[in-house]
Amino acid sequence: MTQKSSGFFNWINARLPIVNTYERHLSKHPVPKKVNFWYMFGALASVVLIIQIVSGIWLMFGYENTEEGAFASIEYIMRDIEYGWVIRYMHTTGASMFFAVVYLHMFRGLLYGSYHKPRELVWVFGMTIYLVMMAEGFLGYVLPYGQMSYWGAQVIISLFGAIPYIGESLEIWVRGDYYISGATISRFFALHVVALPLILIALVFMHLVALHEVGAGNPEGVDIEKHLDEDGVPLDSVPFFPYKVLNALVAIGIFGIVFSIIMFFFPEGGGYMLELANFEEANPLVTPEHIAPVWYYSPYYAMLRAVPDKLGGLVVMGAAIAILFVVPWLDRSKAASIRYKGTLSKIAMTVFIISWLMLAWLGTVPVTALRTTLSIIGTIIYFAFFLLMPIYTSIEKTKPVPERL
Amino acid sequence: MEEKITTRRKVLIGMTAAVGAAGASFAVVPFVASWNPSAKAKAIGGPVKVDVSKMQVGQKIQVAWRKQPVFVIRHSKEALDSLSKVESKLDDPSSLKIEEPYRDVNPTRSTSNEYTVIAGVCTHLGCAPKYYPEMESQPWDESWVGGFFCPCHGSMFDIVGRVFKGVPAPTNLKVPPHYFDGSILTIGEERGTA
Repeated sequence: MTQKSSGFFNWINARLPIVNTYERHLSKHPVPKKVNFWYMFGALASVVLIIQIVSGIWLMFGYENTEEGAFASIEYIMRDIEYGWVIRYMHTTGASMFFAVVYLHMFRGLLYGSYHKPRELVWVFGMTIYLVMMAEGFLGYVLPYGQMSYWGAQVIISLFGAIPYIGESLEIWVRGDYYISGATISRFFALHVVALPLILIALVFMHLVALHEVGAGNPEGVDIEKHLDEDGVPLDSVPFFPYKVLNALVAIGIFGIVFSIIMFFFPEGGGYMLELANFEEANPLVTPEHIAPVWYYSPYYAMLRAVPDKLGGLVVMGAAIAILFVVPWLDRSKAASIRYKGTLSKIAMTVFIISWLMLAWLGTVPVTALRTTLSIIGTIIYFAFFLLMPIYTSIEKTKPVPERL
Repeated sequence: MEEKITTRRKVLIGMTAAVGAAGASFAVVPFVASWNPSAKAKAIGGPVKVDVSKMQVGQKIQVAWRKQPVFVIRHSKEALDSLSKVESKLDDPSSLKIEEPYRDVNPTRSTSNEYTVIAGVCTHLGCAPKYYPEMESQPWDESWVGGFFCPCHGSMFDIVGRVFKGVPAPTNLKVPPHYFDGSILTIGEERGTA
């Protein structure tokens, strides 16, 4: 298939296909020749995943997973371990940045129809990654056993109680106690550092295998597989190395600068990334004045609060995530990219972004009557964007998609 | 002959799968059961005693039982007389939706005609509601008549913990088992069960 440079690699490759795999999936993997900055966030997400794994392992060296010791061990990491504060802020900043790049990555998918045939499974694996990340983030937030860890977990675990009949026993089963205790912390610790990361890595692997099978998309929504050269390589493609790699290095460099500025100067993110109430040890008897989730869950939290019914709130919140999985089958447009979609899609996308950002804000502020009304409107727009998608994408007139990129 | 072998294979495959599935479901049991509260967790959480004679009329105190807040409120006679006035705002004034241990004993919902004893755990998502006894306009309700407001998701309860209509909390705050011995309140068990 390819020219092997040395006998040693030939020998290895005959037994373990590392050279073939390297060429097929890295060095020679064809990628569309024209993409824009929106196509960098997938690479950045894998960088953050590595940051999280490494800093997470280093945090485990100092963390104690007990009710009595958890909070103090975080202070120990912060104050007594050399550079412990850098490791911890790297992990907390990494959590927020993980969601930031994944949200931008998902938005890219919506914008340019990255989920269009034949990339449906890439999208579904991606959404599963997002779902596992949300669970991972939640479990990690409980571990310091601060006030917001405790009460945030109290609220989230109580959601199970909304399930008819089995709800209440399920709550106790999840906690392993009658309140969020050391039993809860130690199981959340095991899930956070072993079980979910294993699943996450497996899903990322599937996401990439599925992506490499069908090839990356592009902002024009052009199918580059239609025009191949004599070797079967798309004419509008360039090899991954050096084109994509060098591009990505620039993006990673810029990202590293942004990451460091946040990590060193604004690790609390104004209380949206690390909430101020969490600098106080958990007190099961006193709820903080104002409970808000960290910013990356806030749109869904706003939806939960918008519904004046316990089970209803849970169902709406679950449906808001679930509906994302079926987007590939809701979009009936002939054009994948927003550039060639009609006016209705463009209006829908704009209104959706505004309402999502509004929900994100509403989820972080205390309840008032007006804000509840706004949350209800935002929730309706969120669902309308997806549920009406089969209609507005099929009745609108699309512009012709070009043949070549 | 050929067909007979195929059928026999299918039966064997089916039986093997069934035995495997049965074994797998037994194997799941310890993994699931180990998440239940341990014997140690079950043993903690005996009853607590508190002297309520020093409480002022209208005062609320908080007692920890099983590491969860329990509210004790001493009501004035006027406050108890006004309980029926809020009933139109309530979702379940007679606590029919939940297991009410001392139903129709006292308007306080407790075994005392002066003190209310309720779990300070919002029936929505478990926050501790806050006590706002003043009858005055509040940001969440302009015609507030006093009671509990949950800061998490805006659920409202009256002064004996009965839930308002149109709020996320589905049911009234729970009444834990308790009894009074003079001014000594015991939370966590019924009289004579110890």
